Amino acid sequence: MATFEYAPAPESRAIVNIRPSYGLFVGGEFVEPTDGSTFKTIDPSTEEVLAEISEAGAADVDIAVRAARKAFEGPWGRLSGAERGKYLFRIARILQERAREFAVLETLDNGKPIKESRDVDIPLAAAHFFYHAGWADKLEHAGLGANPRAIGVVGQIIPWNFPLLMLSWKIAPALAAGNTVVLKPSKTTPLTALLFAEVCQQADLPPGVVNIITGTGRTGTHIIGHPGIDKIAFTGSTEVGKGIARAIAGTRTRATLELGGKAANIVFDDAAIEQAVEGIVNGIFFNQGHVCCAGSRLLVQENVADEVIARLKRRLQTLRLGDPLDKNTDIGAINSASQLDTIRELAAVGEAEGAIRWSAPCVLPERGFWFAPTIFTGVSQAHRIAQEEIFGPVLSVLTFRTPQEAVAKANNTPYGLSAGIWTEKGSRILWMADQLRAGVIWANTFNRFDPTSPFGGYKESGYGREGGRHGLAGYVTTGANQ
Amino acid sequence: MSPTATRKAVAAPDQRIEVRKTYKLYIGGAFPRSESGRTYEVTDSRGRFLANAAMGSRKDARNAVVAARGAFGKWAPATAYNRGQVLYRVAELMEGRRGQFAAEVAATEGLTPARADKVVSAAIDRWVWYAGWSDKLAQVLGGVNPVAGPYFNISAPEPTGVVAALAPQASSLLGLISVLAPIVVSGNTAVVLTSELRPLPAVTLSEVLATSDVPAGVINLITGRTAEVAPWLASHQDVNAIDLTGAADADNVVWADLERAAAENLKRVLRPAGTGTQAVEPDWSHTPDLTRIKAYLETKTVWHPKGH
Repeated sequence: MATFEYAPAPESRAIVNIRPSYGLFVGGEFVEPTDGSTFKTIDPSTEEVLAEISEAGAADVDIAVRAARKAFEGPWGRLSGAERGKYLFRIARILQERAREFAVLETLDNGKPIKESRDVDIPLAAAHFFYHAGWADKLEHAGLGANPRAIGVVGQIIPWNFPLLMLSWKIAPALAAGNTVVLKPSKTTPLTALLFAEVCQQADLPPGVVNIITGTGRTGTHIIGHPGIDKIAFTGSTEVGKGIARAIAGTRTRATLELGGKAANIVFDDAAIEQAVEGIVNGIFFNQGHVCCAGSRLLVQENVADEVIARLKRRLQTLRLGDPLDKNTDIGAINSASQLDTIRELAAVGEAEGAIRWSAPCVLPERGFWFAPTIFTGVSQAHRIAQEEIFGPVLSVLTFRTPQEAVAKANNTPYGLSAGIWTEKGSRILWMADQLRAGVIWANTFNRFDPTSPFGGYKESGYGREGGRHGLAGYVTTGANQ
Repeated sequence: MSPTATRKAVAAPDQRIEVRKTYKLYIGGAFPRSESGRTYEVTDSRGRFLANAAMGSRKDARNAVVAARGAFGKWAPATAYNRGQVLYRVAELMEGRRGQFAAEVAATEGLTPARADKVVSAAIDRWVWYAGWSDKLAQVLGGVNPVAGPYFNISAPEPTGVVAALAPQASSLLGLISVLAPIVVSGNTAVVLTSELRPLPAVTLSEVLATSDVPAGVINLITGRTAEVAPWLASHQDVNAIDLTGAADADNVVWADLERAAAENLKRVLRPAGTGTQAVEPDWSHTPDLTRIKAYLETKTVWHPKGH
């Protein structure tokens, strides 16, 4: 098949200014950690070291929580909603002004294509701040109950797959409701969070309202266990989420958890096939499949399975894998060596279980962490690759005959985060949407996000919602427990 | 009969001997005894024997969850109008039995007849209040989201599934209603562990449910020792949520342990009222808000492109 040769189209790195090392952002300033340990963050597409990052120990977490408490009981807590909102509007506008800088930095630190950080991650992050800014002085109209007010100091732990976007999903509603925040970015993707600290300074946000403390899983454990934290917001694996739920049992600390998924993307025989193929590709290969709501299972109606899979393979052969900073790149790097190991391991399990493996014929660069888009056919419902989250560009393909069978298979995992439905029949869309036990349902589309649209899961995909009116509920208290 | 429970005086020769009720469990629309065969003595507020109640077991709880899961497939997809009518009818039947409820509440809680009568009225009125929410929740808690693109996007509340609940220990009817109604009005099904020492009004309620149109298995009521049965509900992998209200003042119950067990399948947990580690029973005279209904709802958001 003839493919176009694309000329290189690299986005320039010149716009970013990465410091050799970073401290912790506490009380409005960058400070050295008290126990002095550090680690490095790298560009996963080249393994080049980008910067030295501080690890916050238990004492550092304590200092950050105290700073957040002081701000909550002080200037921030006394501000009216309208004034709080104006800080958030400032932050949104600065993110828009510095959008290109953030996009390049995100791509360098995370490995995702510049196309995605520029067109999806950064614009959505700014939009989250803009949307929530307007809620700050309207909480009593949000249907949250009588007299909604801030909870207090919120501990937030975010993953590496959408670093700045996950930060905005956490910080924007927390601040809109009047809370103060101690946020830990993932250890492999701290740089846009640290740049965000500069935005807070540029916006003159009162010191201590936002504290960014970098670190590893240990830092996260200190945050979760700190008695000065009133609420925890966590996005990450289901296993860690359960650990958090156990850790706060018997206390009054609240939590919202946004965890894993194994979403079914369901294609019926009357679907617009070309659109469905684009939707499948977007569902599992967008962001290298590092997406909790990825359509990692394709459930295709038996009578069109061969056609859909053939078209899918053809489409995968046109995907461009390579330098994330190249504007033509579709598939970027896997975020870390350990994630690459996990993906390889589960792909090997898929083969061992008897599924048939096919990968797009890509040339993988020598340095960096890469995995070619891969599909497994002949997958059965009991296979590990049909039940466990791989978190990489690997699609498991199963078939079905009737809508009832599709529903039963789609719902038959411990998860319940998202699902996709592809059919041209409206009544079937609505019936399937009713039957699927998932918090987000995309019909004839996939991977759409918006600050106004509540996101979150059923069952072991977690609880609580982020975004929209519903997302505010996790950040306010109305005092009632009757 | 135990030495501590006091007996009523022997009837005079021309007095009618009353036919006393047997108090059994209510599971799957039927009234089984506990599969363990055990009972325990229930006394009134002055220590006088009232009845033997079934002492529910782990197996009874599991049977109840099976019944509740089966019933969820019918109750959740029923129309909101239908659920509202079914629940309203329960209130109609409660009204008809108010004398029986009032006598049991008075004896069990040590209230005067006048006070007990007010409690029964409050319980019925609260049930009516909740019944009226069925066909309004989607409007109040759902809505269209104005996304920044050519998509139709709507969020709506859905019931989470099977909800286990520890009913309040002290308020044997009003508290029970206040915990149960918000679970089922939105389409969830319930497995309720009644007040350990004051279970009788709950059993009378189960008789009301059995003669109403509430489908079998939607509500299941288990009497027994809270400390014995609660852990099995808290750890049950097919229970979606748990209400720990009745952990307050329950003998040998540590609610932290129950919440920890619930984390295994990420149940939605409604913690008991109170601050810190302390659990207290709420004041049931306060008018409810939507907190208890919302605790057992999931929000589902659906997207579809717009285009011609």
